Amino acid sequence: MLRLPKFQYLTPQNINDACKILADQGPAAMIVAGGTDIYPKMKRRQFLPKTLIGLRKIDDLDRISGSAKSGLTLGASATLTEVSSHSVVQESYAGLAKAAGAVSTPILRNMGTIGGNLCLDTRCNYYDQTHHWRQAIGWCMKAPSGKGWPVLQDSKLNQSGVPCRVAPGSSRCWAVSSTDSAPMLIALGAKLKLIGSKGERVISVKDLYNDDGMFYLSKAHDEILTEIQLPPSDGIKSTYWKLRRRESFDFPVLGVAVALKQAKDGTVEHAKVVLGGIGSCPFEMAEAQNILTGKRLTENQIEAASQSVFNPARPLDNTDFHLFYRKRMAPVYLKRALTELATMGSNV
Amino acid sequence: MAKAKSEFSVIGKSLPRVDAGDKCTGRTKYADDLRLPRMVYGKILPSIHPHALIKKIDVSRAEKLPGVLGVITGRDLPIQFGIMPTSQDEHALALDRVRYVGEPVVAVAALDEETAEEALLLIDVQYEPLKAVMSLEDAINIKEPRIHDYGPEGNLHKIVSIDFGDVDGGFGEADHIREDVYFYQGNTHLPMEQHSAVASWNPSEEKMTIWSATQTPHYVHRALAKVLELPDHKIRVVAAPVGGGFGGKDDPFSHEICACKLSMLIGRPIKITLTREEVFYAHRGRHPVLMWVKTGVTKDGKITAMHFKSFLDGGAYGSYGPASIYYTGALQTVTYKIPNYRFQAIRAFTNKPACGPKRAHGTPQPRFAIERQLDRLAEDLKLDPIAIRQKNMTGPNHVTVNWLKINSNGSKECTEEVLKASGWKTKFGKLPKGKGIGFALSTYICGAGLPIYWNELPQSEVQIQVDRSGLVTAFSGAIDIGQGSNTVLASLVAEVLGLYQTDVSLVTADTDLTPIDLGTYSSRVTMMMGHAAIDAAMKVREPIFEAAAEEMDVSIEKLEARDRVIFDKENPENKLSFKDAAQLAEAKFGPIGAVGSYKPAPKIGQYKGSGVGPSPAYSFSTCVAEVDCDAETGEVKVEKIWIAHDIGRALNPLSVIGQVEGSVYMGLGEVLMEEQDFRKNLHKIPSLLDYKSLTFKEMPPVETILVETDEPNGPFGAKEAGQGPLSPVIPAVANAVYNALGIHIDEIPITPEKVLKALEEKKKGNPPRVGPKGIPSYNFPEPVKVEVPAEWKR
Amino acid sequence: MFYTGAVGTAKTKGGLLESQKTLITLQINGERYEVAVTVNKTLLEILREDLDLTGTKHGCEVGECGTCTVLINDQPILSCLTLGVEIQGQKITTIEGLEQNGKLHPIQQAFIELQAAQCGYCTPGMLLSSKALLDENKNPSQDEIKEALSGNLCRCTGYWKIIEAVELTASRLGASKE
Repeated sequence: MLRLPKFQYLTPQNINDACKILADQGPAAMIVAGGTDIYPKMKRRQFLPKTLIGLRKIDDLDRISGSAKSGLTLGASATLTEVSSHSVVQESYAGLAKAAGAVSTPILRNMGTIGGNLCLDTRCNYYDQTHHWRQAIGWCMKAPSGKGWPVLQDSKLNQSGVPCRVAPGSSRCWAVSSTDSAPMLIALGAKLKLIGSKGERVISVKDLYNDDGMFYLSKAHDEILTEIQLPPSDGIKSTYWKLRRRESFDFPVLGVAVALKQAKDGTVEHAKVVLGGIGSCPFEMAEAQNILTGKRLTENQIEAASQSVFNPARPLDNTDFHLFYRKRMAPVYLKRALTELATMGSNV
Repeated sequence: MAKAKSEFSVIGKSLPRVDAGDKCTGRTKYADDLRLPRMVYGKILPSIHPHALIKKIDVSRAEKLPGVLGVITGRDLPIQFGIMPTSQDEHALALDRVRYVGEPVVAVAALDEETAEEALLLIDVQYEPLKAVMSLEDAINIKEPRIHDYGPEGNLHKIVSIDFGDVDGGFGEADHIREDVYFYQGNTHLPMEQHSAVASWNPSEEKMTIWSATQTPHYVHRALAKVLELPDHKIRVVAAPVGGGFGGKDDPFSHEICACKLSMLIGRPIKITLTREEVFYAHRGRHPVLMWVKTGVTKDGKITAMHFKSFLDGGAYGSYGPASIYYTGALQTVTYKIPNYRFQAIRAFTNKPACGPKRAHGTPQPRFAIERQLDRLAEDLKLDPIAIRQKNMTGPNHVTVNWLKINSNGSKECTEEVLKASGWKTKFGKLPKGKGIGFALSTYICGAGLPIYWNELPQSEVQIQVDRSGLVTAFSGAIDIGQGSNTVLASLVAEVLGLYQTDVSLVTADTDLTPIDLGTYSSRVTMMMGHAAIDAAMKVREPIFEAAAEEMDVSIEKLEARDRVIFDKENPENKLSFKDAAQLAEAKFGPIGAVGSYKPAPKIGQYKGSGVGPSPAYSFSTCVAEVDCDAETGEVKVEKIWIAHDIGRALNPLSVIGQVEGSVYMGLGEVLMEEQDFRKNLHKIPSLLDYKSLTFKEMPPVETILVETDEPNGPFGAKEAGQGPLSPVIPAVANAVYNALGIHIDEIPITPEKVLKALEEKKKGNPPRVGPKGIPSYNFPEPVKVEVPAEWKR
Repeated sequence: MFYTGAVGTAKTKGGLLESQKTLITLQINGERYEVAVTVNKTLLEILREDLDLTGTKHGCEVGECGTCTVLINDQPILSCLTLGVEIQGQKITTIEGLEQNGKLHPIQQAFIELQAAQCGYCTPGMLLSSKALLDENKNPSQDEIKEALSGNLCRCTGYWKIIEAVELTASRLGASKE
């Protein structure tokens, strides 16, 4: 049986205390919410924190409040089940209900949190393997020895000399952003709150991410994601299309998130297209957005916008499916997403 | 022996399985659920090299770790073992050389599993890497280094070259000849239960007891006796209920032997449970097979000759390979009349986990090839794909050109039934673009005619003991791995004695307590254990009936038993309870008990390799698959499967349907997504997340039709159901994809990538196909000419 | 101090931290269990190894199969990814708790009748996911059943007998209410 390494488990009762432990202990301490990402990685020895800080005892961290009119606030500890089944999310942020409801399995969604999904470690089929397997292949840039986090935490990590196994000549790690909710939240224009030992700040979800498989989050180690703020839905229609081998369990190897607002005559006033699962962070597809904006959602417009994501979608060979297949599916999935929105009645 | 069905009182009914209550309440104790007093835990250090010499192993740091009780290496277990007499090529722990990543090298016993795991990190193994042989082409081309120092040459394990009839003459008579190449990717069993064994050495009795998740306690017994150098009677093997096998727990394994050795060393019980990754390395799964098939037909579609070549990628060890290689050639003739047949094959060693017997052992691969090719031949000749098959189908009481004797044969009925149910006539060629329908036929053995170790002994034995309370206990070495053999055993004994299924208590799969059964493989258990059970039950019925006849004052021939009552058939009011009759019999004759056994009739073919293929009976299955293909994404959605299965007689129809549906499920996994894939000398995806198996969401509706043909050699007419129905699913889906999109996917799994690639080729005007380009150039030895049965002589 | 719950004091051994055992209280199947564990023990390990509740099985221990499913506050969760210290005071239901006073739950009865268990290894998890579904949705459609059970893998049955068993149970529970 795979088992967890030893660690110290702390359960602060408020965020400030949690931040303080993180600040005091540095990278030796890690946060756990649902545990669905961190525990498997601890069992496979990618992470060996000395201290785990459980967020379960912190009140209100799982609260969902607000409305479609004023904007909805999702506590970071709200489970993916709670988010995807929330009536306001389903009615006014349908793409998010779809994205959160497409994560892994219903059981894991009962455990995994929306905050955890946003902070999900990047994935790679050279990295998400057991200690033995990684040793056999000679480790990889993201985890260049068997010692695991936190020994391997500093920013010189990518100078360990151990190559990226996907792109051996590369100076960076190409592990893949595999969160379903991030592309959708970016498309919806959501913000999030980070609380750290030095205070709190609100940033756009997009700004949480770096295009780097190892240093994929921009937040400081002692900052904790506490809530996600959705703007007023304002008639925005949204959807999420996910490529994966099976309709359950599997991470996205391409995620297409679309949010758009149409005028009464059908003219697109505002469009956001974000792709996930094809690189180390979610990518906004500017050209597609430009093509869509100011026009109606005709077949031709949809086709043109869809084709425009073929070039910027540049996956590598480190997930399920052939990389070129994933690239090829980007326009197809966007076309289907846009067609779905085009045929959808206007959002009340 | 067979009675008309209307008279059966137990069989033919869909009674609940005898072990279902325990399985649905958490009471069933699988091997990993066992805990003995003072039990400790073992872990095994796997190799990190695909092919290397072991220069030095330093275990001193591990031995010093507090809580570590013992450490063993290959030197402690130097005797080789293997499942077959001709494949004794394994060591429990690698001795001097490792042959695949994941191969066991050192085993550690410790007070708890964490400590054992930690100790593994303290072991220093120095390797000298050797060139790794990772593919069939490598194995044929790389002569040195050799993975094993046996086999015909280089890295070839075994070569077969054999002729039945006048093959060249047969091709000469053909109006049309096709040659096609196919590849069937390897895949694994993936039982939900990870292998586990608990071993307990009793030093005062000098006796070893092991509880293991094994399909073959008898062969584990043999391997342990050999490797541990203990007399047979000093070893007791108990097969715990198996949480899924599918052939993956058919071999004796390293962890079983290491658990025993460590228990002997430290004098305490020890448990070793594999991790999921280790289960992928234990493997013994479906061989990747590259196939070339050349078939000659007359204008009207009659097969005149077939030449079949298969190239098996065997992995690092022999395992069942010497049988697997023949199975890729043996059953082609059982479904279709092939008057002249040449079979040539190579099994090669590669530096990957050993392949072996997965459900329908060695036969889904050639089935994929020939059922795909028949559709092509039909199209070439402008014939209907069903018609060409019907033209060539074998019938009942048929002897094949390679000396296999078929008794009952429901292939024609199965074909009619499945076509009717699926609405084939209204669909074939008439579905809208992107939708398609495909058909395939297959067959499987009901137990191998010969045991793995050739001898004259029975292959299955059952003992029955009758208690004066009216309870009957049946003892059998057979192990239920989920296929339902316990229920078959109880139902057959109950049927013969006129009891309820629940009146039969079972003791199974314990080499100390139960008479022998060779194990759960080759779909042999219902056939062989079933006959042994009927034999034993008939024997215990005799004195009971004799005592009853005397008491009832009626001749014994007039008696019948059902519902716990023995009665006069002509005057049912004249009756006696089974319990009373059993007591009378016990008073008259002493304790009532008997043993029964079964041994198949001798094989009829007399040539090298004739041991693979003969069976007391053959099951037949036909499948129709309907698919909906997305030409833009390449996704193949199987909308529905219709499957008809010639079961001979369904002893428990619901159980049979369960086996058929499970086979369909596993076949769909193989045709759509499952792959034992390697990259950079490592298993690419040794996890339940990345090795893709169908979830609830991918499983299409299945309509199962059972066809009963009353097999004369079967227990009450029954045949197998656990394996055969897997095979036709794969080509039926592939044929349906061709029907839907006009593309040939000649290697499985049929992934979206391959579908798109084939569509692209089609668009470019190239052959609309994805599949292997050819086969390795290899000069097979001159085929051995086998004299054909009289029926096939010209 | 500002934290509660299980606090391990640590001494270093081999680069890892070795924590002291903590006494925790778990409410399992309506019974109270006190057990001393190190904080890194998952509910799966505690159930199987400390409490001998071996009805809960495991197939990967990293959340990829659903075999170790148990219910916490009537919701299916994976015991392999849940720490014992995290769920004190919550209502835990395992396969052993589905049967009440020797009487089978209707879903167990249906699994038995329809032979929805073959090897039986995924069965405890399947039963618990099914029960949770039926508690929430008295009359689930086939799609809803597939969705609710899509986190539990089975290699034997081809899934249909399980779906049928859930449908049968729903119809029986519905009928008994009328």
